[in-house]
Amino acid sequence: MASMRDIKRRRSSIQGTQQITKAMKLVSTVKLQRARANAERSKDYFTSMYDTVNSILKRVGHIEHRYLVSGASRKKAVIVITSNRGLAGGYNSNVIKLVTRNPQWEKEDLVIYSVGNKGREAFVRYGYEVKDGYNEVVESPAYGDALALSEELLQAFAAGEVGEIYLAYTAFKNTVSHVPTLLRLLPIERTEGNEEDAGKASAIMNFEPEDEEALNLIIPKYVTSLIYGALMEAVASENGARMQAMDNATSNAEEMIQDLALKYNRARQGSITQELTEIIAGAEALG
Amino acid sequence: MADKKSLLLRIITPDRIFYEGQAEMVEFNTTEGEIGVLPGHIPLTVILKPGILRIHEAEAEKEAALHAGFAEILPDSVKILAEIVEWPEEIDEDRAEAAKDRAQERLRNKASETDVARAETALQRAVARIEVLR
Repeated sequence: MASMRDIKRRRSSIQGTQQITKAMKLVSTVKLQRARANAERSKDYFTSMYDTVNSILKRVGHIEHRYLVSGASRKKAVIVITSNRGLAGGYNSNVIKLVTRNPQWEKEDLVIYSVGNKGREAFVRYGYEVKDGYNEVVESPAYGDALALSEELLQAFAAGEVGEIYLAYTAFKNTVSHVPTLLRLLPIERTEGNEEDAGKASAIMNFEPEDEEALNLIIPKYVTSLIYGALMEAVASENGARMQAMDNATSNAEEMIQDLALKYNRARQGSITQELTEIIAGAEALG
Repeated sequence: MADKKSLLLRIITPDRIFYEGQAEMVEFNTTEGEIGVLPGHIPLTVILKPGILRIHEAEAEKEAALHAGFAEILPDSVKILAEIVEWPEEIDEDRAEAAKDRAQERLRNKASETDVARAETALQRAVARIEVLR
């Protein structure tokens, strides 16, 4: 049996760790609340933008447009949103797995635009082509950050460097449920059955300027808003995941402390019994 | 639809719902020029340019500086998805004046082509901000 002093030392070290995890949990709870409020406020813009673009696409019918067909290049750009810091449970690895374990994708075809240092480290380690420079964005995402990122991607798309653009992030459903999500940004997916719907919504949408030019201007805004919405949700998810991980760590520490307290008391009892036996034996020998 | 006197106006930005309510007329600046939208307008999607947004409500008239985004106009509603839009009290006049001077300076010195386009937009924004304040 370990000595009393060893057990005591172990227990106080675990208590120290528990205090840290407890504090981290509190911090991420506060951050989560703020991030969640932000995500909810941006959600209106996000969903209106999505609805509007969809209804516009339905009304214009099947027009040929460069944002609606895949580019010639086989390369795919993937924006991967992870965190800069760890200790968030499976948050980062789940998003990374979404990309590395995708059966339809070849490693050589992908260009990773990494937002978040953890993702960058992992993809560099696996040998992917990684472009970065957006790591500080996840600390507090602003619309301007999303704009800069989408401009860079659309330039690459327009120049034919990449044929498709994807977005991998963690969607925030609620405090305990975060879903890793993969979304295709460009070319825009058109849901089937459009023509029937278009017939029903017989109102014909006019554009000023003309269709093609209008889509040229609207689709970049659409892409930007999707990236912005994803950033907001990812930040909320990150803090939610960290809060859960730290909560688990705290309760695990609690369990260990209880176990060690039991062992310590047993060892103490053992040493008292031993001392008594020795005293009695000594007394008997004298007598 | 046509006899309705007001339309539902929603102005949404990435951070908040800027405005939601009934309006009799909405005026703003687009890539094709300034337009005023009355109820019963044909369906139209327009791209915004920096300018003044005027909301004519039944009793009052509100103004704001609207810089970028697009608007979806339907006979009974107008939805503006704006990247930047500000009420007059949110505008910092000194900053807008400084931005205006800076943009004008850049336009005088004419560098590469993209710089000119950017400076022009910046100038339009600054002018819109200053005008809203007056």
